[in-house]
Amino acid sequence: MSTRIPLPYGPKVLELFRNPKNMGRMEDATVVAVTGSLACGDMIAIYLKIDEETQVIKKATFESYGCAANIAAASIMTEMIKGKTLKEAWNISWRDISEELGGLPSIKYHCGVLAVGALRRAIRSYFENKSKPDWLPEELTHEEKHALEEEKLVEMIEKRMKRKTN
Amino acid sequence: MTDIIRSVKDLIEIHGKPKREVYLDSENSGLIFPEALEEMISCYRETGYGHPSITHKIGWMSYEKMFKSTQILADFINSSVDEIAYFHSGTEANNVAVTGLARAYKNRGKKIIVSSIEHFSVIFPAEKLENYGYRVVKIPVDEYGFINVDSLSNAIDKDTLLVSIAAVNHEIGTIQDIRGLVEIIKDKNPQTIFHTDAADALGKINFDVDRLGVDLATFSGHKVYGPKGVGVLYIKEGIKLEPVIYGQLSTQRLWPGVENIPAIAGFAKAIEIIRNNFDTFVFHMRSLRDDLIDGLLENIPYTLLNGPKGDRRAPDNVNVSFLYCEGEALTIELSMRGIYVSSGSACTSRLLEPSHVLLAIGRKHEEAHGSVLMKVTPMHTMEDVKYVLSQFPQAISRIRSLSPLKPEE
Repeated sequence: MSTRIPLPYGPKVLELFRNPKNMGRMEDATVVAVTGSLACGDMIAIYLKIDEETQVIKKATFESYGCAANIAAASIMTEMIKGKTLKEAWNISWRDISEELGGLPSIKYHCGVLAVGALRRAIRSYFENKSKPDWLPEELTHEEKHALEEEKLVEMIEKRMKRKTN
Repeated sequence: MTDIIRSVKDLIEIHGKPKREVYLDSENSGLIFPEALEEMISCYRETGYGHPSITHKIGWMSYEKMFKSTQILADFINSSVDEIAYFHSGTEANNVAVTGLARAYKNRGKKIIVSSIEHFSVIFPAEKLENYGYRVVKIPVDEYGFINVDSLSNAIDKDTLLVSIAAVNHEIGTIQDIRGLVEIIKDKNPQTIFHTDAADALGKINFDVDRLGVDLATFSGHKVYGPKGVGVLYIKEGIKLEPVIYGQLSTQRLWPGVENIPAIAGFAKAIEIIRNNFDTFVFHMRSLRDDLIDGLLENIPYTLLNGPKGDRRAPDNVNVSFLYCEGEALTIELSMRGIYVSSGSACTSRLLEPSHVLLAIGRKHEEAHGSVLMKVTPMHTMEDVKYVLSQFPQAISRIRSLSPLKPEE
């Protein structure tokens, strides 16, 4: 098929793929965010239940369309942010996620990035009609920009294919 | 780029051993006939360690083994022994066909025509030649993967050195009308050389180089249930090729190094088995294929068959897209149920792009991401197919249940 690459996942990835934690839609979520799309082959939805007073994440769930690394990254992230304040959650990086999973193959780093992108989108949208805290940057972070790029990827591939076929 | 190189022992342990196992990934690396494996082992023990170009008994014995093996293959494709060249793989044979031809005919045309669904071992060497003044034209295919004959005919001119089109597509099993294509090509330019990657055709359809009129044809050991590590190029008498790799030559002008006699013997054994059972095998594979395709399409909603149906599809090929279901995750879910398949999803690719073949037949990206490729072999049974069909609906449901977008939405 397409050009292959070995994907020696850590055992933690397979464990979370088989028994994902916090999987599923949250009907009473305070805030929801999605990154990626079906077309780019990677999509993560993050649901957060936030305590309005303390800004602590009481509950986090996810849904994922993507590879095993994508599912495991989203799942572990929901575990990592549970009980954390929004500020603490904002500071979680894709590297933290990769580390928690026992290291992702480099070609799968983007799965961790996409998960963090979804989380930060969710946090940003939570503050949309509220006074923004000073730790929330105006400019999009690397992870959020990456999500935007990935969402545009399909267009790029299609353009290139058209150029090559007569 | 530093990637993780690690032992996957723990991963395999957590995976566990499924109660039943069905290997359907002969596209990526084929099952081997037990008799072919036995032949390799006994050949290695008896004569295969010898070098066929050295003047001692073992050398002559290994030469004899190689000659007899080549005769079996030549008879099967209706060529002469002198028209067979060996390589380490089908990939290598395709590379030599494209690059070796360009090097041998420097003063002819500079246009190379391939189909948009060729194997990368044809597309990539052709595109590499663009750095040396060649132009590559890709011919589009229809929704089933059949060559657009008008585009092909229009593309051929006096500058066309080579046309390369696979007799059977490796991913979606489309059987091209090779004889018809050759007629169109030679009619427009008799000097244009025609190569076909026949790795997926040999043993699946009748393949007679003389009747088809091809100039070059590639075959691969593991695609006929022989060993990997051996590929063959049929080179019609009179067609010139330059080597692509260099070293000490022996029996093979284009393939320096020590001949892999046991692999060649195993390849020949596999051909012999196929030759003796051709009709039975094709009939058997077709019925397994159709049971699998019908079972999947009837029992699982939002499912598409990729490639043609019936007689114009290779007897072993099953390629189905499951919407709302990402293919890499599905291969792992199926693996834990003992079913080993591959996917055209971008997630399994080094380039993070979905299968170029599926995109070329007009599949959307999300349809390609949810594709699964399976190949049945003469060694599979109805019981295997029943087991696979019993597991698939649950596997698809589970992966779909994880997704934020579900079929009903």
